[in-house]
Amino acid sequence: MAPAMESVVSIRGLNAWYGESHILHGVDLDVRKGEVVTLLGRNGAGRTTTLRAMMGLTGARTGSINVNGMETIQFAPHRVARLGIGYCPEERGIFASLTAEENLMLPPRLSSSVGGEPVQAMSVAEIYAMFPNLQERAHSPGTRLSGGEQQMLAVARILRTGARLLLLDEISEGLAPVIVQKLAEVILTLKRSGYTILLVEQNFRFAAPLADRFYVMEHGKVVLEFAQAQLPAHMNTLNELLGV
Amino acid sequence: MNPFDIPIQALLGQLLIGLVNGSFYAMLSLGLAVIFGLLGIVNFAHGALYMMGAFGAWILMDRFGLNYWYALLLVPLMIGALGVVIERIFLKRLYKLDPLYGLLLTFGLALIAEGIFRDQYGVSGQSYNVPDALQGATDLGFMVLPNYRAWVVLASLSTCLGTWFVIERTRLGATLRAATENPQMVQAFGINVPVMVMLTYGAGAALAALAGVLAAPVIQVTPLMGSNIIIVVFAVVVIGGMGSILGSVLTGLALGLIEGLTRVIYPEASNIVVFVIMAIVLVLRPAGLFGKEH
Ligand SMILES: Nc1ncnc2c1ncn2[C@@H]1O[C@H](COP(=O)(O)OP(=O)(O)O)[C@@H](O)[C@H]1O
Ligand SMILES: [Mg+2]
Repeated sequence: MAPAMESVVSIRGLNAWYGESHILHGVDLDVRKGEVVTLLGRNGAGRTTTLRAMMGLTGARTGSINVNGMETIQFAPHRVARLGIGYCPEERGIFASLTAEENLMLPPRLSSSVGGEPVQAMSVAEIYAMFPNLQERAHSPGTRLSGGEQQMLAVARILRTGARLLLLDEISEGLAPVIVQKLAEVILTLKRSGYTILLVEQNFRFAAPLADRFYVMEHGKVVLEFAQAQLPAHMNTLNELLGV
Repeated sequence: MNPFDIPIQALLGQLLIGLVNGSFYAMLSLGLAVIFGLLGIVNFAHGALYMMGAFGAWILMDRFGLNYWYALLLVPLMIGALGVVIERIFLKRLYKLDPLYGLLLTFGLALIAEGIFRDQYGVSGQSYNVPDALQGATDLGFMVLPNYRAWVVLASLSTCLGTWFVIERTRLGATLRAATENPQMVQAFGINVPVMVMLTYGAGAALAALAGVLAAPVIQVTPLMGSNIIIVVFAVVVIGGMGSILGSVLTGLALGLIEGLTRVIYPEASNIVVFVIMAIVLVLRPAGLFGKEH
């Protein structure tokens, strides 16, 4: 199957291992420009591993991961990031020995053009306008921030680089409803400004209204794919697969 | 001897020597701490790099007639480049293995380096003259301060302070600290961590070589000078703990001073006092004075 013209990410037959453990068994997945795509699945289905494999952070990988028309299956993580991918890991990856602001400034900005398009990064002022708490906590050590603030920092950090493709892993996990609400607004704002987002979620209620398309994973494979409009028709299957 | 009978001149003189030694301990343990933080390697070759720094200065003078000031610039660059080569050829293969392998490999490299220099130059040692501009001494009234020793203390403290500033206060340093915590995450942000690791080992090697050049005029330049100092430096690192840059610098200086003081009060103990302190610290605070308990 040829990747659709506007695919930003096109994954075919992706297998990935951690040491001896074979975790992904032939994942196929596409994300088109400007889409919000949600990867659903029970705990341990392989969603985090899919994102990590895209970034080159697992052990061995086979298959194909095409990003902006470039085959990246052999790429080291820093080369993947430089294609304009911002990765927000499940554990948030906030550094304890850096202040909140040092955490924010850590990822280097992308060079002036990526994939032939000029990079439009968010300025620090825009980021602080979007997440006012972060400015107040700028000089606190990163891990002294509350869970919600750390999550906002982890998202804000990748927006400053100019990455237009965001991989967000369980950003609503364990947070108070008002913060989850705030993050949902952020996703919608980003979507309106043309970001492409691959969202891994456990929280179906958070993801359902945001996504254009859904993938469901089980045992390291994609078992279901459908668009927003088909959501009502798939509720029963989803109930079975996810227990939502 | 009654400690109250010690002439103040002798005491200050020994404290100054202690401070000079402490400066070398500080520079060397600083490099060890940075390398261990990022590479997870206990760099047993650090003493050999220091020794090659001193020999580098001597060789530049002896063979090429290049004076101390050239050596101060060129030798750290050359040994830094050697460090980069060592990292590329040997160390980068070890990062996924138990730290013991890194320790054994660097220990082996140190023995090889020591053997080569022994073979070439013998063990009796070469002397290196104090550069003209730093000859002589300054009378401070209460003591006579040899200019070169004052320079060594000043130069190493500025180097340590500069290194501390870069690591704790700059963007480059923030990247280094982050990579020490979680290199994978830093690389996923687009930073070429393997190159950074390579350059860090080179910088640590250059720092050791700089200490060697600074030491050349105040000691005998011998192939064994590295193994002599490295044992004490490891004790310094154990006492200070691997946790903090400033901690390793302060511990280095303090232990140099304590050694100097011991030489005045009870000279017989001056070679072991550091190890006695190490034993006590290990019992009371196993992670070291500035280390973080895990
Ligand atoms: N570092 C690792 N080493 C070995 N196995 C792992 C590792 N991380 C995850 N796994 C295994 O991979 C499978 C998929 O995990 P993961 O991708 O985290 O699932 P999800 O994000 O969908 O909850 C699980 O069975 C998990 O135990
Ligand atoms: Mg997960």
